[in-house]
Amino acid sequence: MEHYNMNLSLKIWRQKDAKAKGGFETYQVRDISSEMSFLEMIDVLNEDLIREGKDPIAFDHDCREGICGSCSMYINGKPHGPWKATTVCQLHMRAFKDGETVVVEPWRANAFPVVKDLVVDRSAFDRIIQAGGYISVNTGNAVDGNAIPIDKDKADKSFAAAACIACGACVAACKNSSAMLFVSAKVSHLALLPQGEPERKTRVINMVTQMDKEGFGSCTNIGACEATCPKEIRLTNIARLNAEYLSASLTIDKEN
Amino acid sequence: MTWKQMFTSSIGQKFVMALTGIFLITFLIVHVGLNACIWANDGGEMFNTGANFMGSMLVIRIMEVGLFVGIIVHAVQGLILNAANNSKRKVGYAVEYGERGSKWYSRSMGLLGTLLLLFLIMHIYHFWIPSRFGGMWNVTPLQEIDYSNGLGKQYHNLYAEMINVFQNPIVVILYVIGCISLAYHLMHGFESAFRTIGVHNNRYLKLLRFVGRGFSIIISIAFAMMPVSMYFGWVS
Repeated sequence: MEHYNMNLSLKIWRQKDAKAKGGFETYQVRDISSEMSFLEMIDVLNEDLIREGKDPIAFDHDCREGICGSCSMYINGKPHGPWKATTVCQLHMRAFKDGETVVVEPWRANAFPVVKDLVVDRSAFDRIIQAGGYISVNTGNAVDGNAIPIDKDKADKSFAAAACIACGACVAACKNSSAMLFVSAKVSHLALLPQGEPERKTRVINMVTQMDKEGFGSCTNIGACEATCPKEIRLTNIARLNAEYLSASLTIDKEN
Repeated sequence: MTWKQMFTSSIGQKFVMALTGIFLITFLIVHVGLNACIWANDGGEMFNTGANFMGSMLVIRIMEVGLFVGIIVHAVQGLILNAANNSKRKVGYAVEYGERGSKWYSRSMGLLGTLLLLFLIMHIYHFWIPSRFGGMWNVTPLQEIDYSNGLGKQYHNLYAEMINVFQNPIVVILYVIGCISLAYHLMHGFESAFRTIGVHNNRYLKLLRFVGRGFSIIISIAFAMMPVSMYFGWVS
């Protein structure tokens, strides 16, 4: 890939804190290498802002290798930018042309309130996991890795669902701000394995109940989440979540 | 978990949409099949006797109540869900997400459904009200026709009513718009309903997508051709 430098015009959402009104600010960046990542480009801009004595742009980032799910920028109308199956940290500047205007917004959803600039509070996802996205039965000592037979196809599907990094791009892309792709991935990866079997019904009910409480919308199966997911979580997981939830909620006994 | 908790959860509400939607899809098959009798070219005899059979049979009349309940539940639940989903993002984006991964009609089920509801009100006013309540509350009764060779059994001439209603080109256009809305509503709704009730086997999803698209197109064209062929006098 040929290397080139570019000048860009950036329209970035600036918001002082959760309560402030916020608005777009336009910045010019010069001599940006096509080999930089998008976050490195923001770093360059922030260095300039700091030198000028201005407040740098707040944004979430951690591993910068596409596995932590921290980065969350809505770039030119796409969560994580124009590339498919990519997080912002893995989005390289060669995705952009010299002289282009790039609009950067935070994730937008009532359940993801803006904390500052491009940082949103995604703790709603943590609370959904806390509601049941784990195994809590005692399992005793560690057993031999192959002691429980698992169908290869199911293991693969479970692994593919477990690849979800909980970045929230599905919510950002969904017209309903639905978290169903996230919840379906987190339910599926356990529902497909024998280890997830003991708490299968309560898990899905508790996680969906928490999802509704957090103020996410419902799923209308449009597919925007699947297309935007950096980890390519499949829409069929949502259908599996529906099956899991319906069979659990229609068959689970009354509490008393 | 109570029944209320289940049916008021986001998935439970979608479940109601899916079940009523599939029920309404099965109704469409009956409706299009019976109405296709207008093309028998027998002056409407097959159609009128068929419609009379449906109207006079107790089982069908009971199912008719179920049909109205189904339509109302589907419409009310759909409008509630649509409004709820639209309220989940109070601050919108400056640049819209756009087309990636989704079709315009998938994102417009609320709009298409509302158009269909308006169409249904007109459609019920045109045919169902005169057929059921003709002669009562100043509703003009339908013409009667005798197919029993003078035995005196009278049938509602719904066929003549169709020809009468579809002389108005504006009505024909509104019906065709209704059928186009139906085609796109089903194009998404058919497959989506099965996903919502939990079909996640990729073989079946592929089959359902194929069947759903075929069904949407064929049934909507068949319905649209009814007013069109009446207007242009293609039936005798």
